[in-house]
Amino acid sequence: MAGIKVHGSVFSTATQRVFASLYEKELEYELVPVDMKAGEHKKEAFLSLNPFGQVPVLEHGDQKLFESRAITQYIAQEFPDKGTQLTCPGKPIAPLLVWKEVEALQFDPPSSKLNWELVYKPMFGMTTDPAAVEENEAKLAKILDVYEARLSQSKYLACDSFTLVDLHHLPNINLLLGTPVKKLFDARPHVSAWAADITSRPAWAKVLALLKH
Amino acid sequence: MATPVKVYGPPLSTAVCRVVACLLEKDVEFQLISLNMAKGDHKKPDFLKIQPFGQVPAFQDEKISLFESRAICRYVCENYPEKGNKGLFGTNPLAKASIDQWLEAEGQSFNPPSSALVFQLALAPRMNIKQDEGVIKQNEEKLAKVLDVYEKRLGESRFLAGDEFSLADLSHLPNAHYLVNATDRGEILTSRDNVGRWWGEISNRDSWKKVVDMQKQQHSP
Repeated sequence: MAGIKVHGSVFSTATQRVFASLYEKELEYELVPVDMKAGEHKKEAFLSLNPFGQVPVLEHGDQKLFESRAITQYIAQEFPDKGTQLTCPGKPIAPLLVWKEVEALQFDPPSSKLNWELVYKPMFGMTTDPAAVEENEAKLAKILDVYEARLSQSKYLACDSFTLVDLHHLPNINLLLGTPVKKLFDARPHVSAWAADITSRPAWAKVLALLKH
Repeated sequence: MATPVKVYGPPLSTAVCRVVACLLEKDVEFQLISLNMAKGDHKKPDFLKIQPFGQVPAFQDEKISLFESRAICRYVCENYPEKGNKGLFGTNPLAKASIDQWLEAEGQSFNPPSSALVFQLALAPRMNIKQDEGVIKQNEEKLAKVLDVYEKRLGESRFLAGDEFSLADLSHLPNAHYLVNATDRGEILTSRDNVGRWWGEISNRDSWKKVVDMQKQQHSP
């Protein structure tokens, strides 16, 4: 089997998304660290892998891919019989397609902005903007209301088993639960139970372990 | 004969057009059921049942109802592989992964700044909403950086994912069309050689011309 390489950073939420899928699938991979502090991701060598200058990039044999959610989809399809089934086999594909978009286009923007304000800015010695926090908390609250209704009818977002859809939320939820935004999750019983369930998966614990080195 | 699929939403909505363009490329019969968003049709309980976020479009066929325009497009390609443009989402896993990658890039990198510009420059004036110069400038700069990447890519490749027109290119049509035709900032696309060439090719496809006609009919008495 051709080797898998991941170009990225253990601190990048998008790269963590890919690590999570590789651990769920029990696949070996080699991490090629990209030094983002030194601007490595904007230099020629890296731009030839991802012209957008963003991490992660996956190499599998001759195949190169960027965009974390395209990478996880590729991994799920390329290795259907290994590790966790990350799609909903034997079930209609449609809910998976829909809820993948919901995470990417509805959940991700406000949660990324909140993580930027509440987690990264303090780390870089910058000041949190309370108006931005308020605006994005309000947006996220509306989205979590929809999730609460959905998760009262379905054990996981796309169907009754854990899929890529739930996995894609892990990096941002992991950070959010360490901020005051946790209250939005605590206030919604089904969302809260789902978040606790997915963040306690062994594959996710392995991703978190990478951060400890 | 199969029942036509249903698409809910106004023909002038960029996301609705994304789905209509895909259905036309795939030669899948559909019925467009317009919604009056000014009257709040999209926030009514019956609609919220099929689109809990209260946005357009929504889609229904005999098996299922769906929302999120890019999910609908992927579903149409997967569900009707033998119809119309068979290669729209790739005919093998590697082609599909490459198309998926550029479709993600469209959603994550092209869509936010181009949507913001379309709203500020084309829609806000019509709705008597004051334009925000700061937002316009910020998104012009973002979009310019993205289009620099496209310019390089499209100098190496005829279409974004390879030599054939794909869902990745199609997904750009609605916002790009508004930028070029409904604002004075169209040259952000047309002044770049390779992006301009690509825009000319994709906007000349029969499927997109039909979408534009459909939009024009909205304005006629």
